[in-house]
Amino acid sequence: MSLYAMQKFLFELNREPEVQRRYAEGGAARAALLDGYSLDTEEREAIDQGDIGKLYVLGCNGQLLMHFAPLLGMPWADYIAAMRDGVKQHGPVRAGIYAMTTAHDEKVAGV
Amino acid sequence: MSLVFAGVCSHAPGITGRAHLADAAVKDEFHAQFRRMGEQLRAARPDAVIVVAAEHFANFFMNNMPAYAMGMADSYEGPIEDPKWLGIEKTAIPGDAALSQRLIREVMQTVDVAYAEEWKFDHGIIVPLHFLTPGFDTRIIPVNINCQGPPLTPLHRAWAFGEALRRACDQAPERIAIVGTGGISHWPATPDSGKVNEDWDREFMQHWCANDRAALLSAERYNDEATYREAGQGGFEIRTFLTVAAAARGRGTILHMKAIPIFAVTCTAATMSVE
Repeated sequence: MSLYAMQKFLFELNREPEVQRRYAEGGAARAALLDGYSLDTEEREAIDQGDIGKLYVLGCNGQLLMHFAPLLGMPWADYIAAMRDGVKQHGPVRAGIYAMTTAHDEKVAGV
Repeated sequence: MSLVFAGVCSHAPGITGRAHLADAAVKDEFHAQFRRMGEQLRAARPDAVIVVAAEHFANFFMNNMPAYAMGMADSYEGPIEDPKWLGIEKTAIPGDAALSQRLIREVMQTVDVAYAEEWKFDHGIIVPLHFLTPGFDTRIIPVNINCQGPPLTPLHRAWAFGEALRRACDQAPERIAIVGTGGISHWPATPDSGKVNEDWDREFMQHWCANDRAALLSAERYNDEATYREAGQGGFEIRTFLTVAAAARGRGTILHMKAIPIFAVTCTAATMSVE
């Protein structure tokens, strides 16, 4: 259920300017926003810190996570690297259909 | 009237959003063929274009995921993505609620399609439109198929959906184009981004161009486990190609089919005769 909540948050963040505003404001506004989702501590910290690598390993669907990176101001190459580093640091993707199948140093598209 | 044009194409966000990172000549060749597909579509003078895309959690989530859905509004908005990231400005796109409703009523005779009067276009629809109807002035009927959240729409039901769309179009006085977007093999939004399976793509498109229903619906070749293993999670989007083949009943012509890794996909544009 928790992975579901984490992805539900990203779904609403991607679609709704008001959710984006509350996340970007940080502090109490972000905390109140995240209180609305049944996240465990690990998930909440990953979202709060914009930890793309951790969210990827936790099983966030790539189509949802892909939009979080530009919202954080993260260029494409950094986003790809963050997922790769996430797997190196935390181990294989734990759920979903977006597992990594290439080696850590295998840059298929040069990034 | 009925269908006056049919085709399929890639929809990866990198096609527009990362165009500046690609080899210019390679990118220009693909963009030119994509625009050529648009010229052919517009030459058919469609009153409306049905765009069959893959759901990417832009409009539907796992609290209520339809196997397929159709838009039923007079106006839509998009892209949902950051315009700078996607390379396409936010805009309003005209729809046709009355035509949608007529099509949906007929489709429902055989397929339990969901419908929505609110729909935000993501890259799955707006990237193709950027090349096919770049003025965003042609009426669009957005359609999607669940290619993302298992259990996915079965392949034979994507085919049946195409047959139902064709029957509905045959009953409409309007001139209608249909375009399927997505695929073919790719591993988007992962560290594997840029990986494709050229052999798998070539074989699949041979079946598509031949409109070989038995091959395209092969439970052995294209079951979800085999597709995931050989074509990545992006390969699930072949469903949109199947729907178009079932609707058009014709033979395909490939305008472009070459991998551009920074775009994360085998960049594809193809038309199909309407028979």
